[in-house]
Amino acid sequence: MIKSFYLFKKDWQSELRTRYAINALVMFILVTISVILFSVGQEKMSEYLTGGLLWVVIFFSAMSGLSRVFVSEEERGTILTLQLIASSDTIFTGKMLFNLVLVFLMNTVITLLYSILFNSFVINNVWLFVIAFIIGNIGIAVSSTVIAAIIAKANTKGTLYPVLSFPILLPLILVLLQLTKFAIDGKTIAESYAELIVLVCYDVIMITASYLLFEFINKD
Amino acid sequence: MTNYLIELDNISKTFGRRLIFKNISSKFNSPDIIGVAGKNGAGKSTFVKILANLISPTKGKIKHFINNKLIEPEKVYNYTGFVAPYLVLYDEFTALENLFYCCKIRGINYEIEYAKELLKNVNLFERRNDYVKTYSSGMKQRLKYAFALIHNPNLIILDEPTSNLDNAGKDLVYNFISSLGKEKLIVLASNEQTELKYCSKIIEPEKYKE
Repeated sequence: MIKSFYLFKKDWQSELRTRYAINALVMFILVTISVILFSVGQEKMSEYLTGGLLWVVIFFSAMSGLSRVFVSEEERGTILTLQLIASSDTIFTGKMLFNLVLVFLMNTVITLLYSILFNSFVINNVWLFVIAFIIGNIGIAVSSTVIAAIIAKANTKGTLYPVLSFPILLPLILVLLQLTKFAIDGKTIAESYAELIVLVCYDVIMITASYLLFEFINKD
Repeated sequence: MTNYLIELDNISKTFGRRLIFKNISSKFNSPDIIGVAGKNGAGKSTFVKILANLISPTKGKIKHFINNKLIEPEKVYNYTGFVAPYLVLYDEFTALENLFYCCKIRGINYEIEYAKELLKNVNLFERRNDYVKTYSSGMKQRLKYAFALIHNPNLIILDEPTSNLDNAGKDLVYNFISSLGKEKLIVLASNEQTELKYCSKIIEPEKYKE
């Protein structure tokens, strides 16, 4: 775990110097939210619609920045260096940590901006939303990391990432939409238990499958 | 002295339908200098990448032993130093930062004095705090030697070891090869006769196509 932490630290320091992902993410978030604001205009949006659009913004922002963890290594040719100093598990854990931090930062900013800019986005059960948000972000970070590792070796990285991510992230996004609706309705955590368990199962399955697959992706 | 052994058992490699080599079986034991020769595109780099466990052979098995104890394939990187023109270090870090992360991500202690000594050996000490992106291609190649030796590996793989180097740099590499070859296992892939003359045994992957 310490090795993965240093890999995360290396990536973070590198990100602060190169701004490979952060700039793209910030711009994407600003542009997407602005486009929604302009297109809605003076219209009153329903609470459910704003809840749904929040996850649309999060999904597409994830598509624009989270693939960078592997794509930047592949494009700069440093992936071989990484393979020479770390095992597959260390690489995956380090990259996943980086994406986790990025996803939490990105989604917290999006949600805060969203709450400020859209009056109809009112969460009645904040704790349910926070729990769904945390478990959901873990799922997004893990899935995006393993998909990034797969597409990094392809020629059409930009196109392939959203295409490959959509079927993998769809079950997660659907459950998150449902939980956001419950949080808006003010349902209790006990009433949303089944959906929360589905989210946890998704995370466990994705983490397990990613660790099993990553060695093959990394080596060949 | 630590004994390092690599056993190749009928290894073959194909990319799609293109056969690179097949059925190479051999044993390399330290201390020794093994050459991998052949013209461009003969499969030298593919062969050394398989030795370093960076890619898998299509068929056959490769085993690494240290003092007769089998090394798990996942751990081979800890015993391997690798230098190649296609190896790229992190441009946004300084030479010392590159060596620091190399040690820390491997999970070994970072000894700054040893790192400085290595940089002195490759004539980069004065530029140790400069970003690698400001280095010339020859300086980057010399830094790769410090990177390859920082964890004191038992197996050193050199693919085109003098690429981008001037005469002084080449002499530096030849001194490395002759001194390290007395205690470690060196695999040297090259098509330069001046480099291959250091080798006790030469393998030519392109001759293994039948």
